Amino acid sequence: MAPKTALSRREFVQTAGGLLIGFSLADASILPRVFAAALGDTVQTPSPARLDAWMRIEKDGAIRVFTGKVEIGMGVETGFAQIVAEELNVAPGRVSFVMGDTSLTTDQGGVGGSTSIMMGAKPLRNVAATAHALLLQLASQKLGAPVEDLQVRDGIVSVRSDRSKRVSYGELAGDGDLNDALQVSGRGFGLNVEGTGKPKDPADYTVVGKPLPRVDMAPKILGKWQYVTDVRVPGMLHGRVVRPESAGAKFVSVDEESVKAIPGYVKTVVNGNFVGVVAETEWAAMRSAQMLKVTWSAAEPTFPPQGTIYDYMRTATPKASRDSKLNKGDADGAIASAAKKVEATYDWPFQSHATMGPGCAVADVHTDGVTTIWSGGQKPHALQQGFAELLHVSPDKVRVIWVEDAGSYGRPGFEDAAADAVLLSQAVGKPVRVQWSRADMTAWGAKGPAVVCDLAAGLDANGEVTAMRFTSHAFSGSEINPLPSTAGNFLGGQLTGVPNTSGFDEFAQWGSECAAYTFPNVHADGHVVPGFLASSSPMRTTHLRDPEGPATTFAAESFIDELAAAAGADPIDFRMKYLDDDRMKTALTKAAEQYGWKKRPSPQKTTAEVSVGRGVAVGLRGGTRVATIAEVEVNRSTGIVRVKRLVCAHDCGLIVNPGALRGTVAANLIQSLGRSLKEEVTFDQSHVTSVDWNSYQVARASDVPERVEVILIDHPEIAPSGAGEPSSRPTAAAINNAIFDATGARVRQGPLTRARVQQAIAALHSA
Amino acid sequence: MARTTLKVNGKAHEVDADPECPLLYVLRDDLAMNNPRFGCGLGQCGACTVLLDGNAVRSCRLPIRSIGSKEVITLEGLSTDQSIDPVQQAFIEEQAFQCGYCLNGWVMTAKALLEKNPHPTEAEMRRSFESLVCRCGSHVGIFNAVRRAAESTKRSA
Repeated sequence: MAPKTALSRREFVQTAGGLLIGFSLADASILPRVFAAALGDTVQTPSPARLDAWMRIEKDGAIRVFTGKVEIGMGVETGFAQIVAEELNVAPGRVSFVMGDTSLTTDQGGVGGSTSIMMGAKPLRNVAATAHALLLQLASQKLGAPVEDLQVRDGIVSVRSDRSKRVSYGELAGDGDLNDALQVSGRGFGLNVEGTGKPKDPADYTVVGKPLPRVDMAPKILGKWQYVTDVRVPGMLHGRVVRPESAGAKFVSVDEESVKAIPGYVKTVVNGNFVGVVAETEWAAMRSAQMLKVTWSAAEPTFPPQGTIYDYMRTATPKASRDSKLNKGDADGAIASAAKKVEATYDWPFQSHATMGPGCAVADVHTDGVTTIWSGGQKPHALQQGFAELLHVSPDKVRVIWVEDAGSYGRPGFEDAAADAVLLSQAVGKPVRVQWSRADMTAWGAKGPAVVCDLAAGLDANGEVTAMRFTSHAFSGSEINPLPSTAGNFLGGQLTGVPNTSGFDEFAQWGSECAAYTFPNVHADGHVVPGFLASSSPMRTTHLRDPEGPATTFAAESFIDELAAAAGADPIDFRMKYLDDDRMKTALTKAAEQYGWKKRPSPQKTTAEVSVGRGVAVGLRGGTRVATIAEVEVNRSTGIVRVKRLVCAHDCGLIVNPGALRGTVAANLIQSLGRSLKEEVTFDQSHVTSVDWNSYQVARASDVPERVEVILIDHPEIAPSGAGEPSSRPTAAAINNAIFDATGARVRQGPLTRARVQQAIAALHSA
Repeated sequence: MARTTLKVNGKAHEVDADPECPLLYVLRDDLAMNNPRFGCGLGQCGACTVLLDGNAVRSCRLPIRSIGSKEVITLEGLSTDQSIDPVQQAFIEEQAFQCGYCLNGWVMTAKALLEKNPHPTEAEMRRSFESLVCRCGSHVGIFNAVRRAAESTKRSA
């Protein structure tokens, strides 16, 4: 095969770069995002130590930024544009981005952990500030005026005293590449660079903090956007995978005759327990996957019966255990001698990412190992490492080009779909597009871990909390490392026999996965439950939006509510007493004001058939404070819960784009409402039985509260923290506490289904 | 395989495809009309919705042999370069979505709803949306967009 044309980054920019234009923020004009498709050979990931690795200014004044960060549906690209435009004094519409291409962008660790604005925007801001300083120096020479006498308006530099003396960024940068050496520190999410330019004082911001429309929104709604599912390359075939019939089943044989008659069928690929089909059309690939007769080893009991899963978690020998760093005093002793002791256990199920697009990627593996992969996974540079290991080639032969996929919420399996495409393309020697089925995602995608928490507390005669005891048992949030940089990280890799070696123990911890309260004695410990299968488990666990946060916060914030009730205190007053964080207290106060919270203890005194209650919960994540109040209506006979209202006060420091932030928080509230009320992965002893949208229910239109109110607390003086995940934390506990307020019944297992609510109400009567 | 003529967005397209193949894959793979999206292939999420003679239908379960002379409209067929469809305009003004992968289903269903019932009640709106999935949870913005679109026809009426 002839070697593909090598295109350097510079040539790329010169030849194809003109097509890579984003969208003008000003007029939201509609240009399709053009992929760097079939650009040719791979090149090394650029070093972050040079300014031109990050930014290029075109003759027409366009600012092109290259970032290892990617857009996963929350509008971060628009926020980045505002941050860069702010430092450069240009209209944000001039700034466009190339994101997540391992040959064109630096390795910023991809995205995750709600860190894109908090950490990922820093080098972009510093680069823009440095470019601004360099441009002013160039302008100073050109215009013959000192830098102090210059002003910039939308990329035009002029002399204050004589505005006829002017020059544009495009003219200045056109004199030669704008470049400078940068000081590099950190790596991954923490990669930062600093140059000669000093970023603006946030007090002087004029673009950051404005609710600009998202650059992607109008083109998406008008049907002018392209997702990874739309990538087509010349000669491309279509692939589908056929997963083992049961968890842990081994491949025995395949009868290719079962599909040979399907028009367009090309090949069945078997590699260990990895089975896939390749065809000329998507429809032929789908039919082939459905009709292919594969014999697997018999199903064996691999998982405990679902009804016993939480007992299993509490009694299984932990894989790892850890005491909290927040432990202090003698919690057990204080609880033993307390006037009142409160104990409760809380359970949270496995949940599925169940992404809207089930998983799709295109891979083009050449016989010499040179490979291009188009994927929507959150961490393109890690994928490059992982695919190189899967193919046994050096990483510089592998180019991963990120193209937006459906919202990912962590490590859903877009990575695994891309590995499947790599394996199939390698086997047929042609580019292959893999489209997962719904079941490939919902049943076989990685899962958010189940978590159980056992809590106890002591109260003295005055209702003061003297001690807190917290123990969690959770499947690891990183049994599958969210950084997909090894071959064994991928389901396809595991099916071909590569062990998963990169996973690690990630705990559900008091004080980090929930807000910590200042009790005099605290003892908290966490334990990781071993996974069921070492390899290829459909129940393997990994990051799902705020990995252990919703589960742990559900337990902790429901339990705090139990303590408030035991003390006969108003739930907000009670929390205020034990919180020592002023910003959290402010969030709580603002939420209460917005809601119109009347102080009284829960539960309210009513026996009405349909009762309304209110509940509160707080969440603290990576510096972001969230306080959520839910109002619910509960039917005591049927157990049906209807959330009528959600109020969420959100403080993530400096707000870059309040419009986009409001949208993200509101959506987080609804997604987490679905997780609170409905979402639970079901399984029998050999299979995940949640396979589609009927067997894995998420929030639907009828679940949406009549009122959803988001209060944004802006702190321009405080560096921004994350917003992608924090507001998904307190929702379940807020709703649960509202159910308690309405009925006096306490549910201690998620999701808060009708059956569980009914059961809790029935237990009230029998007690 | 067989030659079939499909009328999509006001234009006749001849395709060579299995008559049993659902419309979704023909639109996407043969005609490069990418906005009807694959979400489940089971008719459970609505990401593949198109208008068929004005009715919102799921293209992932609709064999092309069953279409005959009916007119298919996809998301890319709602607006022209000269004018933006008012329903799309309302969704843009509300900045309604997060990732937007599902938006085809919501916009097309809203379009069909508002064509038949320009001022739906809250309950009617929710009912027509109940079989759609937005995994990101963008419902608040979506509902606001529909209210805004309905309001805009009130004003112009």
